[in-house]
Amino acid sequence: MATVSPTPLLKDELDIVIPTIRNLDFLEMWRPFFQPYHLIIVQDGDPTKTIKVPEGFDYELYNRNDINRILGPKASCISFKDSACRCFGYMVSKKKYIYTIDDDCFVAKDPSGKDINALEQHIQNLLSPSTPFFFNTLYDPYRSGADFVRGYPFSLREGVPTAVSHGLWLNIPDYDAPTQLVKPLERNTRYVDAIMTIPKGTLFPMCGMNLAFNRELIGPAMYFGLMGDGQPIGRYDDMWAGWCTKVICDHLGWGVKTGLPYIWHSKASNPFVNLKKEYKGIYWQEELIPFFQSVALPKDCTTVQKCYIEISKQVKAKLGKVDDYFNKLADAMVTWIEAWDELNPSGDLSAKIPNGATK
Amino acid sequence: MSLAIKDDEVDIVIGALRSDLTTFMNEWRPMFSQFHLIIVKDPDLKEELKIPEGFNLDVYGKPDIDQVVGSSTSILFSGYSCRYFGYLVSRKKYIISVDDDCLPARDPKGFLVDVVAQHISNLTNPATPFFFNTLYEPYAEGADFVRGYPFSLRGGVKCALSCGLWLNLADYDAPTQALKARQRNSRYVDAVMTVPAGSLIPISGINIAFEREAVGPALVPALKLAGEGKCRWETMEDIWSGLCVKVVCDHLGLGVKTGLPYIWRTDRGDPIASLKKEWEGVKLMEEVIPFFQSVRLPREATTVEECIVEVANAVKERLGSMDPVFARAAKAMLDWVKLWQSVGSSSSRSSAV
Repeated sequence: MATVSPTPLLKDELDIVIPTIRNLDFLEMWRPFFQPYHLIIVQDGDPTKTIKVPEGFDYELYNRNDINRILGPKASCISFKDSACRCFGYMVSKKKYIYTIDDDCFVAKDPSGKDINALEQHIQNLLSPSTPFFFNTLYDPYRSGADFVRGYPFSLREGVPTAVSHGLWLNIPDYDAPTQLVKPLERNTRYVDAIMTIPKGTLFPMCGMNLAFNRELIGPAMYFGLMGDGQPIGRYDDMWAGWCTKVICDHLGWGVKTGLPYIWHSKASNPFVNLKKEYKGIYWQEELIPFFQSVALPKDCTTVQKCYIEISKQVKAKLGKVDDYFNKLADAMVTWIEAWDELNPSGDLSAKIPNGATK
Repeated sequence: MSLAIKDDEVDIVIGALRSDLTTFMNEWRPMFSQFHLIIVKDPDLKEELKIPEGFNLDVYGKPDIDQVVGSSTSILFSGYSCRYFGYLVSRKKYIISVDDDCLPARDPKGFLVDVVAQHISNLTNPATPFFFNTLYEPYAEGADFVRGYPFSLRGGVKCALSCGLWLNLADYDAPTQALKARQRNSRYVDAVMTVPAGSLIPISGINIAFEREAVGPALVPALKLAGEGKCRWETMEDIWSGLCVKVVCDHLGLGVKTGLPYIWRTDRGDPIASLKKEWEGVKLMEEVIPFFQSVRLPREATTVEECIVEVANAVKERLGSMDPVFARAAKAMLDWVKLWQSVGSSSSRSSAV
């Protein structure tokens, strides 16, 4: 009987990025699982407000003044009054992996009643390969108790590196505003005990509430766009990042997983507010999906940054005519990459600067 | 939730590779008894079939197969492929097929899984192959499309094929099962999902259902291994058939779902003994998968039959010289289409034994 080796903690290799505008009370429930890790708090909204971080956590906190100071004019690419600002945290992190979670997400229980260590599951997902080229009907073949099924070619069984681990939510599901309005009482109670690789060539709606990724691999693609204050759209930040990320992962041969772990999503945001934010997105996504489905990245796009710049060019060329917003967004995408490269010179993450923890 | 399905729209097709079906039929009785069954006896099986009373069924054996198909076709309905004869002669809209060594499973709450109801639910709710829904089947109760799912795609397309799963003995290949001799599948994954367009999957024939009217001719009894045997470890016919169906469905804009329902697959056979036979099948997959990944069907192929003919021709052209099993498969596919057109579509049926 094979022994299952324990999941490495990776506590010096992973940062937890949390955007917040309210408070961080939710961290108390996560303490048993998060305390070993360094937190990057991105404070949205009024920078004069003090966000209290619970005792005992090692963290750095950035408010809007910090973002402006650190990025200068390039700060224009970071959203204000929208959780999209979290991607600033990805940029300043010096770690290999990122886990990001919303401040209204709590520890869920599995069907046996046990608390789910979401971070541990994400780490397992990221450390085991993905299988994007052929779908395994028993889902993640590397999980204990599972394997590749009959007919799965042996040459594809090594898999490819996993770039993204997309977790799910019990209780309040991640519905859009129209669906929330029609089904205000619906709660997700179905625990689907599976992790799977999203096949190559298939797009999906990536939710940023419970998300982990290999920053070294895909970090520069995780730009959460221009949302919130002064922008015509909101609640499409993670969607945008997800579509860009998936296209780039498909091109560079990396995998994206979805499924476990679950967190408990406690707050249903106001559907009327959401509708106003999403309104344009609901129309625009009809153009965006065919756009992303048809993006072809040339062979010489061998890095994430090159792929991303190429996508920004195609955004300008093909989506600029849908709305001028996309011209601005394309420019912001370029600014993001410039800022990323400035803060992460030559992609050399081995030159780790000790974190200036703000206690 | 299953939509209302008239009982007379369903045929349950069982390929009998063993003669004593008493336990099998009795265990499935609560789920099967209201439907018509077609039992096709493996032509290689010498013993008489033992079937308990109380079912509405037709049984077909070698004499029937010979009478309908004639000995001139190269399609061999032996072994697991005998069930395809049942697909051919059925006149119902939906077909559900499980292996004769499978029994009803229980869900985590202890309730028996109604394999028929779940398959019918899968087939009668639309499929969503063009964009992945992270909450899986959006039409399931308690679920929906998630934020970011384009509204224009929420109507879905027709689901033509539903692939179920297996508790206990999972459908591993012989090397895997031999290596993990004691591993049994105990994980009940409570989800149905559409396999994205353009993605291939290994479709196991152990537990499937399909809309005969939509894709019947695409389930082809074509790939017969030289050493094909009477254990699933010793076949690849269903994997081949499933790849054909998926390619055709992708081309015609039909959906394929995978996930629930589960059946309980009983322990049977020796994977190490099968390894000797099935090694051939495992090797062939290395050629088969890249082939199906690259097959492109022309726009003019607008029916299932036309699509299968195109695939068969591509098989002959690109794989035929690699291994005689492929040349035979291509011919079998063409013969199958002809057979389907003459027998499959006609209203007359050969009488049961």
